[in-house]
Amino acid sequence: MEQVIQQVVNGVSLGSIYALIALGYTMVYGIIKLINFAHGDIYMIGAYVGFALTTFFNFGFFPALIVSMLVTSILGIIIEKVAYKPLRNSTRIAALITAISVSMFLQYGLMYFVTPQTRTYPEVLPNVQLKLFGTNAVIDLKNIYILIVTLVLMVVLQYVIHRTKVGKAMRAVALDGDASQLMGIDINKTISYTFAIGSALAGAAGVLVGVYYNTINPLMGSVPGLKAFIAAVIGGIGIIPGAVFGGFFLGIVETGVSALGGSLYKDAVAFVILILVLLIKPNGLFGSNQKEKV
Amino acid sequence: MVYSVVTRRRRCKEMFDMKIGTKKNMLTFGLVLAIYLVVQLLLNMGILDSYIEINMVIIGINIILAVSLNLITGFTGQFSLGHAAFMSIGAYTSGILTAKLGQPFIVGVIAAALTASMAGVIIGIPTLRLKGDYLAIATLGFGEIVRIIGLNNDYIGGAIGLNDIPQYTNWTWLYFSVVLTIFIISNFIKSYHGRACIAIREDEIAAEAMGVNTAYYKTLAFVIGAFFAGIAGALHANYFYFIKPDSFGFMKSIDILVIVVFGGLGSITGSVVGAVALSILSTLLQGIPELRMVIYAVVLFLIMVYRPQGLMGDRELKLFKKVGVVNGNASSK
Amino acid sequence: MEMLVVNNLHKSFGGVKAVTNINMKIEEGQIVGLIGPNGAGKTTFFNLLTGIYSPSSGEIVYRLKQEVSSCSFKPDKMVKYGVSRTFQNIRLFKEMTVLENVLIGYHNNFKYNLFTSLFRLPSYYKDEENAYEEVIQLLKRFNLYDKKDHLAKSLPYGEQRKVEICRALASKPKLLLLDEPAAGMNPQETKELTQLIKWIRDEYDLTIILIEHDMSLVMELCENIFVFNHGTLLAKGTPKEIQHDPRVIKAYLGGE
Repeated sequence: MEQVIQQVVNGVSLGSIYALIALGYTMVYGIIKLINFAHGDIYMIGAYVGFALTTFFNFGFFPALIVSMLVTSILGIIIEKVAYKPLRNSTRIAALITAISVSMFLQYGLMYFVTPQTRTYPEVLPNVQLKLFGTNAVIDLKNIYILIVTLVLMVVLQYVIHRTKVGKAMRAVALDGDASQLMGIDINKTISYTFAIGSALAGAAGVLVGVYYNTINPLMGSVPGLKAFIAAVIGGIGIIPGAVFGGFFLGIVETGVSALGGSLYKDAVAFVILILVLLIKPNGLFGSNQKEKV
Repeated sequence: MVYSVVTRRRRCKEMFDMKIGTKKNMLTFGLVLAIYLVVQLLLNMGILDSYIEINMVIIGINIILAVSLNLITGFTGQFSLGHAAFMSIGAYTSGILTAKLGQPFIVGVIAAALTASMAGVIIGIPTLRLKGDYLAIATLGFGEIVRIIGLNNDYIGGAIGLNDIPQYTNWTWLYFSVVLTIFIISNFIKSYHGRACIAIREDEIAAEAMGVNTAYYKTLAFVIGAFFAGIAGALHANYFYFIKPDSFGFMKSIDILVIVVFGGLGSITGSVVGAVALSILSTLLQGIPELRMVIYAVVLFLIMVYRPQGLMGDRELKLFKKVGVVNGNASSK
Repeated sequence: MEMLVVNNLHKSFGGVKAVTNINMKIEEGQIVGLIGPNGAGKTTFFNLLTGIYSPSSGEIVYRLKQEVSSCSFKPDKMVKYGVSRTFQNIRLFKEMTVLENVLIGYHNNFKYNLFTSLFRLPSYYKDEENAYEEVIQLLKRFNLYDKKDHLAKSLPYGEQRKVEICRALASKPKLLLLDEPAAGMNPQETKELTQLIKWIRDEYDLTIILIEHDMSLVMELCENIFVFNHGTLLAKGTPKEIQHDPRVIKAYLGGE
């Protein structure tokens, strides 16, 4: 029983990471119909910024988190302006290839400067193990931090999306870009905000991963990035609650598979689920069935 | 439609002229043979050393990969990010047959092509409903699944890879594989099958309304593309002695895609030229691996912004501009 | 001879009833018009006729090249049954030339197989030559021969419509469905189109069903008219009958 609780806790932590990254994917896709392949690398850069801050400047956990989120959100805005804006009217393939090129640029560019070796985060959170409710299950304080940070960020996101003008603009542009512009919405600003928020969340995920798993390397964004994207697809790409659901779902399933002995195949789990979702309900669990008008 | 007798007689005569208008075909055939013989001679005389040979093999394999991917993505419009998986399946098939089961190369190559084609069916059919981004991700996922299966399979060496594969790939095998690939795929494109594929790319619903069985052609494109990628895999395995699953991952698929996009989606000539150019560029940049990828990324980005149609767009280079073969295609745009 | 029979056709999308209770019989050789306000279900009906949608209930039976009913319709098989169509928003293959577009229409009439084309056996050349000739003839009849090597997207709107009709004809259909062929045309072009459609029916021995909003074209061309409204048939009859039908006037035509 303790094992199960343990695994659920692990799954929730992993799921939180996936969910935070997935949110960025889904928001960007919802607004400009682009799979931002570089998003996973923004997460990676968040981890590295956090590493630099905690290692060289002795930042504490929360300051490092906040600053990292700031840096990644600015990075996201820059990437959008430089690389994606010029291709807003291009074919989807062209935009996708551009996103891939940005991803490569970030990965290998950073690798050139910091070398491919893995770095280790210093201990910024107390290394405390807690016993859960009188059972013998042990969870790390870090799991709680991850969950709390994630929940707080999501509440903030909800607030922004539904209670601010910016959020309203984002929802409008996601539904109908042209009509939004005609209604006076500044589409460039709105898109920038979307990237900023999505990238900040990914940056936060990066710091959390650094703190929890301790090691980081320049290529760490690829696989989690891909899996987070899959999580977004599972929930329905472009649908924000879907990304959250997909993230936790994937995190828990993956941890479960690993615990059941299939740890070698745990990476394949995500892709198998992806294929199944695409075949059965391509618009995701929360998505609607939209057919092309003939 | 009314045919006059006079018209019919003239058509027959022109048909015979066309057979001789395979004068163009004979010239092409002659040129192909000449190139083969010249290079073979240079190799025998040792003028072309092993460094050149390695690069020729790389270029040749990349040409096959690019042309075969172009069929799937450029001509039929199916965005495939898992092409390296077909290569991987071909490489391992040939590797296992030649290294572990002692089979001759011809068996390895044919088996590689066939198993890769079957993978083409496996990926083509379930993804029929998917388009654009979704298809890209699904093919990416497929490629990753193949890689992960490879990593976990101890019979074929797992993560360590497959070793001691006999080196059967030589100039003859390489050259004629490349020629065959270009020959078959060009012929496919310049037929009603090829036009159907292009129509599917342009407007799937209209193509269907005109009687094109889109499911068949979309799958067929995957099968043929996979077939030749499998051959490329076999050539690779039986030249470089050693293969491992991670060499055929997402980055390899991207490498091939970059070549196709650079040369022009929908241009076979473009894929050939692109393969040559980018293979050479890659070799030149070998000393600086991370910067190579950064340069690649920047080049890719610039192409997408300033010349998304690539080098040749969707045009082909006409070698012998003789009026002869009438096959219903516009000769040039 | 009745070549199209529609019995109690219904189509719903989720809760939305797009088409209800359509009954229709169309004789060979007629030019039939479908008119009605936007959203009345006309294009949905076309899509049902061409297998893009399956009926929720009811039946469509064709007696053209073979007898076939709607339980087994597949959009790419319609051409085989003898049905071909154009689209409301012109769906030409933009990056292909006019000639290539029409050659796609001819797709079903090619006989050589895959092996033949991959290895360039003699029947490939013969078949291609044949196809080329027939398509060129067709283009000449439509006055499009001079533009055969132009990219489809470079043609003016009216000519693009002609190419689409030409492409549909290349499949050698017995029934031609035209979805708003005169949309976006000025009165002169519409007049030419009217003549063209009449000529096509006579020359190629076709039955034609067309959706149109341009009443001058409809009233002049159609021998029989069906009026759609809110997904169901409001009225049917000859042009004269329809023009004087009070229900039609109220719902669609407008009147004094």
